[in-house]
Amino acid sequence: MAQLTLMRTPTETALVQAFDAAKATLPGDVESRAKAFEIFNRNGLPHRRVEEFKYTDLRALMREIAPFAVKPSASDAAAALAKTTAFAGTEALDVPFVNGHFVRDAVKFDALPEGVEIVPLAEALASGHEWLARLSPVAWAKDNPVYQLNSSFMADGVMLRIVGAVETPIHLRFMTGSETAVATATRILILVEDGASVTLLESHEGTNGAAHQPNDVVELIAGDRTNVHHVRLNREGDQTLALSTLALKLGGDAYFNSINVVAGSSISRHQVFAMLNGENSKAQINGVSMIKGGQHADSTLIVEHAAPHCESRELFKTVIDGEATGVFQGKIIVPHHAQKTDGRMMSAALLLSEGGTMNNKPELEIFADDVQCAHGATCGQLDDDLLFYLMARGLPRMEAERLLVQAFLGEAIEFVDNEAARDGLIAIAEDWLKARV
Amino acid sequence: MLQIKNLVVQIEDNRILNGLNLTVNKGEVAAIMGPNGSGKSTLSYVIAGKADYEVLDGEILLDGQNILEMGPDERAAAGLFLAFQYPLEIPGVASMTFLKAAINAQRKARGEIELTTPDFIRRVNAAATKLEVPKDMLKRGLNVGFSGGEKKRMEILQMALLEPRFCILDETDSGLDIDALRIVSEGVNALRSPDRSFLVITHYQRLLNYIVPDSVHVMSAGRIVKSGGKELALELEANGYADYREIEAA
Repeated sequence: MAQLTLMRTPTETALVQAFDAAKATLPGDVESRAKAFEIFNRNGLPHRRVEEFKYTDLRALMREIAPFAVKPSASDAAAALAKTTAFAGTEALDVPFVNGHFVRDAVKFDALPEGVEIVPLAEALASGHEWLARLSPVAWAKDNPVYQLNSSFMADGVMLRIVGAVETPIHLRFMTGSETAVATATRILILVEDGASVTLLESHEGTNGAAHQPNDVVELIAGDRTNVHHVRLNREGDQTLALSTLALKLGGDAYFNSINVVAGSSISRHQVFAMLNGENSKAQINGVSMIKGGQHADSTLIVEHAAPHCESRELFKTVIDGEATGVFQGKIIVPHHAQKTDGRMMSAALLLSEGGTMNNKPELEIFADDVQCAHGATCGQLDDDLLFYLMARGLPRMEAERLLVQAFLGEAIEFVDNEAARDGLIAIAEDWLKARV
Repeated sequence: MLQIKNLVVQIEDNRILNGLNLTVNKGEVAAIMGPNGSGKSTLSYVIAGKADYEVLDGEILLDGQNILEMGPDERAAAGLFLAFQYPLEIPGVASMTFLKAAINAQRKARGEIELTTPDFIRRVNAAATKLEVPKDMLKRGLNVGFSGGEKKRMEILQMALLEPRFCILDETDSGLDIDALRIVSEGVNALRSPDRSFLVITHYQRLLNYIVPDSVHVMSAGRIVKSGGKELALELEANGYADYREIEAA
């Protein structure tokens, strides 16, 4: 019988070698990693003939694999963190990571806010911590090759547990400080227990000029009657290929609000897999991407209304300048039992140049018969009449454009509850627009 | 102050203005009346600098300077103001933010220092009180959800704050009830001064009972076909535009 040999790209071969070399040194159970990698390796890197990666062909985009980052020294970590600026004006509990490794010394474990527990992931994996049983709560994520790669290579992260109303926001601060290109794989597990509330800030910054390859996964299990606000900021370096995943499992009578703001990296793909698992919950999932030059930003989401009587709103705004490419793929899934679902998804793109591209793919998959679902996608330029109106009042063209773009993005940013974080995001949008001139 | 000489304008091969001549002196309030389609709104847009129009011939001089080569923002900084017939709604841009940006952009273009926030707020509040513009309206998106009357009051508020030398009112009376018409007219009259000129474009004589003009010009088929004093407006109200349409047809 003829032997079938799968063709591997050099990148995929390099990934196999990297995994074989790393698996013995990575923390925790080798078997489960090997299983995750085997599943990934069956299909390899996703390419344009794989529907979910049609517009973000990772096989073509990942020509090389950067070496996986080692744990930085205490002084290197401190120096890297000193360069971070994200959410500088926001009072929060700082939980920092440098080159994908948790900076344990930066957190005062004996003085955490009431209701917050933090367990370093590397230690948890090594010791087989009981919370690990709650990893990978969302099936959609497990089928995803980016997530599978993270499961294979995850080197560090934290597990957080939130009980009761936690007032102080928690800031997961990621910094890739290496001057040479590195790959990282972090995993964050956040357990928000029934009735708890918390604001989570997540920032990703990195050095320019190095082709870093971060692959970050945040898994959030929020119980009944929880209230969670999540603000994610991508300010990665200008050569970075950033892959990220948010997997959410939401209980009943709960509120969840998340925004991902892309203001960095060369290529980025942010995936959201949200499962509304209890009745009467509401999820607001927003995104803002500001891209120019040859940047590529992909927002892909699946929202499954797995319980009846839930409401979800997805609002994604993309501003495209230069030759940049934006991608939005959103899918709302309503199984037959999820009656009275109310879902509304919108992606709007603004093209500031002739050379930009936007790929919009909104989808609804509805099996229930008593639902209200809608989706929309627009792609346009700034309105000439509005520009004239502003200019007739004395605003120079660039300033008039800036005001209109800010207003366009503001619609998605205004859902951010934390005032300082919201102001920080508006300032980032202003800076991005000012840099256009 | 404003001199328009032999202005010829077309849009997409449609000639709208056909050698229009008009002079408005310093401190003068000039009214332009004319039937639908005579080119009144085109004239206001061309003076303000809207890009859709092609100027084939002629010039527009503001204090001797030809403004046709200037962008709309430069014209505004030079002291020109157009109160729009249909003010646009701009969601997400609060009226206060917009007003401050506009005032300071003009001051910057003229080489003046920017207004401080307290000074700005004091001026806005004073103007808003006069024009009966509620404060919460200023915090909302510019013109979003405003009634026709509120939008026109917002235009006059902008005019009061920007202190232009030359103001064009493009059918400011359209869509206004009597009370709104009175408030808007009082706002305009308060701004009349020996140094400020107005071009009031309207269909109806009614507005001119409130804003009494120094001169009245009749526009037809893209030209000024008759000029006179304020009594010309009354004559038009009595006889209609029929006489002038004949000129057009001839």
